[in-house]
Amino acid sequence: MTGGISRRNKTANRKKLVIYTVCCMLLFTALCGRVTYLMVFCSDYYTAVAQELHERERVIKAARGCIYDRNGQLLATNRSVCTVSVIHSQITDPDEVIRVLSEELGLSEEYVRRRVEKVTSIEKIKSNVSKETGDRIRNCHLNGVKVDEDYQRFYPYGDLASKVLGFTGGDNQGIIGLEVEYERYLKGTDGLILAVTDARGVEVQDAGENRREPVAGQDLYLTLDINIQSYATQLARQVMATKQAERVSIIVMNPQNGEIYAMADVPEFDLNSPFTLPEDVDTGLMTEEEKQNALNQMWRNTCISDTYEPGSTFKIITAAAGLEEGVVSLEDHFHCPGYITVEDRRIRCHKVAGHGSETFVQGIMNSCNPVFITVGLRLGVENYYRYFEQFGLLQKTGIDVPGEAGTIMHKPENMGLVELATVSFGQSFQITPIKLAATAASLVNGGKRITPHFAMYTQSADTGAQNLFANNEGEQIVSEETSATLRYLLEQVVAEGSGKNAYVEGQRVGGKTATSQTLPRGSGRYIASFLGIAPADDPQVLALVIIHNPQGVYYGGQIAAPVARVLFENILPYMEE
Amino acid sequence: MEQRVRTRSRFHIKSEYYFDYSLLFVVLFLLGFGLIMIYSTSSYEAGISAGCNYDSAYYLKKQAVSTALGLAAMFLFARVDYHKWEKFATLAYIGSIVLVLLLLTPLGITANGATRWLNLGMSLQPAEVAKLGVILFLASLVCKMGKGVRTIKGAAIIIGFAGVLFVLIYKISSNLSSAIIVLGIAVVMLFVASPDYKKFVIAGLIVVALAAAIVLYIVNQGGTGEFRGQRILAWLHPEQYSTDTAFQTLQALYAIGSGGIFGKGLGQSMQKLGFIPEAQNDMIFSVICEELGLFGAIAVILLFALLIWRCMIIANNARDLFGAMIVVGVIGHLSIQVILNVAVVTNSIPTTGISLPFISYGGSSVMFLLIEIGLVLSVARHIELKEI
Repeated sequence: MTGGISRRNKTANRKKLVIYTVCCMLLFTALCGRVTYLMVFCSDYYTAVAQELHERERVIKAARGCIYDRNGQLLATNRSVCTVSVIHSQITDPDEVIRVLSEELGLSEEYVRRRVEKVTSIEKIKSNVSKETGDRIRNCHLNGVKVDEDYQRFYPYGDLASKVLGFTGGDNQGIIGLEVEYERYLKGTDGLILAVTDARGVEVQDAGENRREPVAGQDLYLTLDINIQSYATQLARQVMATKQAERVSIIVMNPQNGEIYAMADVPEFDLNSPFTLPEDVDTGLMTEEEKQNALNQMWRNTCISDTYEPGSTFKIITAAAGLEEGVVSLEDHFHCPGYITVEDRRIRCHKVAGHGSETFVQGIMNSCNPVFITVGLRLGVENYYRYFEQFGLLQKTGIDVPGEAGTIMHKPENMGLVELATVSFGQSFQITPIKLAATAASLVNGGKRITPHFAMYTQSADTGAQNLFANNEGEQIVSEETSATLRYLLEQVVAEGSGKNAYVEGQRVGGKTATSQTLPRGSGRYIASFLGIAPADDPQVLALVIIHNPQGVYYGGQIAAPVARVLFENILPYMEE
Repeated sequence: MEQRVRTRSRFHIKSEYYFDYSLLFVVLFLLGFGLIMIYSTSSYEAGISAGCNYDSAYYLKKQAVSTALGLAAMFLFARVDYHKWEKFATLAYIGSIVLVLLLLTPLGITANGATRWLNLGMSLQPAEVAKLGVILFLASLVCKMGKGVRTIKGAAIIIGFAGVLFVLIYKISSNLSSAIIVLGIAVVMLFVASPDYKKFVIAGLIVVALAAAIVLYIVNQGGTGEFRGQRILAWLHPEQYSTDTAFQTLQALYAIGSGGIFGKGLGQSMQKLGFIPEAQNDMIFSVICEELGLFGAIAVILLFALLIWRCMIIANNARDLFGAMIVVGVIGHLSIQVILNVAVVTNSIPTTGISLPFISYGGSSVMFLLIEIGLVLSVARHIELKEI
């Protein structure tokens, strides 16, 4: 009886189990269909998405081009440096990591511990670690410690020509100076690695990779001469110290073609640590903005970015205009009673007693203001302005560093005789030092306008291919004859006039001194300057020395001219080699 | 009729017993294949993980130990007459409940916000024990009920007992998938035990309609932020939830899709390199697809089909109802888990954590599955060959 029931049940059970199993098989078939759909018909889509997920682009940085001086001396190069970071989740022995890192990196154990124990995906411990230290840390094989290599810009001469060369930022991009101007040559093209990585971005070994090699930046060859630059900087430092001056700028250039041999603007700053303010600046109380302003001030190349009243050195320009226009000749006689009256204004000469009777040659030797005011008045506002424009004084020089300031000049319609008179001896308008040097160079080199510049050519370190920067011969801005007369006049100034402190024995030096009071007048702040050329008959070098706010004697002839003399004494024999 | 019964009992004395070698080989093959796939899937991640002592064979070793223990248990259960367990059936059920309740004590191990393991010297998942417990208990219950199983009351009792475990597992270990499997096993056993169809068809239709209604409701609500609701939306539009809810699903789809027809080759999966979280667990099928291609994937499904087919043969030839119901329970367990796992991995249904039997990493799972197989083999051994 029991067995009977059991059997009957079993038949029914069997049937239902078969039904269930068949249902399962149908579901299996459906799932096979689903899998087939995904793996055959959606395969291309998912393969592409997955590939994108697995491949990481990794940039290989291109080495930035080096910068050399005209003789091939290295001024800026790259150093391999390392960045040391820790990956919290991968650290197995935190104490060992803390010990090694604080020891090798010279950091306090407490500082390292804080970083190591911080729960972040990746924590930077120190960057700009030398390659040797980085290698040592890497060889410790500590889990969770990452040492990445990178290039860092390195300037072997530290602060030499700092404001000219400029420096680079965190991404190796130029921030100021030539590093910015020639960025596109120096930068190079970064390479790419398309690597297959795991979910953390760690490259999978043996997975193969697509690679595009980086192209190194081109090397830049400058017109700067490291020896002249060093010497000029040294001189500028000396005079700054002895005269307790605020700053001293020296520009040395070739007046024939505008090549700049040296541009010192002390105080300079250390290119290898450009974000460090001078020690005497108290950064503690500064806001971020004040700090940035202080840095900008420190980086500022005053030869190019700042304007000043040139004073008597500008008489070169007035003389050139007068001679070219024929309103004055060397033998013309003038009388200086110590002042000159223009309209209702009495404008004084620097020599209160007056220079008395003098020729034009003597007038420039004496740097007599009434003489040049007279020449200016003879030219008239319209003519004077025309020459001002013709000499290029209203435009920028086009020098190849960023940040050049323009000229601040009266508008022609606002220029009366008084303004004309003051402009004639270099006051009441402002130009940059480089503009003065470039204009003077153009006037004495035979009258061809030159463009001052630093870059000669770029050269690929790989192929040796050169890219010469064109230095087009400029237009004639003054006749050869006038130019020759100017050279004679400047030589006279140094030989017997106010610039005699610049005289170098056995050399024909020409030049012009200047002493200008800075605005506001009566502040007791002066700028002493001297513009010199050598040799005077065929100038190969032009030097402009500007001393800002010297203490004690402040006359250009007394303090700036001697600097030029020492400079010429040393660089002229060197340049003849 | 009389005569046949007598004939049978005569043969009973010296009958040749049946051992289902094909079932055994399918299981052994799945185990071996599972170990290979666990090593392939987990070695990279284990090798760079501090939690695994940077041992790339970490998961393989643990799983191998569990598998060895499970195999020993399987042969033991295969040798022992399964009738011996009938008197322990109620104990198995109560034991399962106690183990689940133990999760509330400090013995429970909480990981990823859910308490699913017990620390008993080695970690044990009570939900896996409960599956075995419910199979044994319901098999015995069905035999005891006899005709009673046909009635609504009988059905309610069976579902009720399973329902208690369902609620406990779901509430205590917040493990919906295991709870569903326990309930599913009971439903399958009830379905087979009861000769009725209508009730099941109606119940099935109601469940389908209810599920559809819930999905429609959630879709119309448009993401209420509720956890399970999110899962359904993520299931329908995985790419929109790619960063959170559907992350794992989407990564699995990338793996399956990029496998193509022939796969990338054993060991060549890219998605296992940390893209699929814990790929050796529930998502291992996606890596099988990626490495072995469509052929590998279908081969695995076919193996499970074969396994279930063999179990069906054994159940239908079991000497008595108790043996048959045990095998039916195992069939229910295996089939539900395989189907749900493959469906989840291929994003055919909303995601829920279900492991692939014998292949996914998990010690408790493989051990208790092997015990179940041991029971099936034991049932098979008592089939008299002449009877077939």
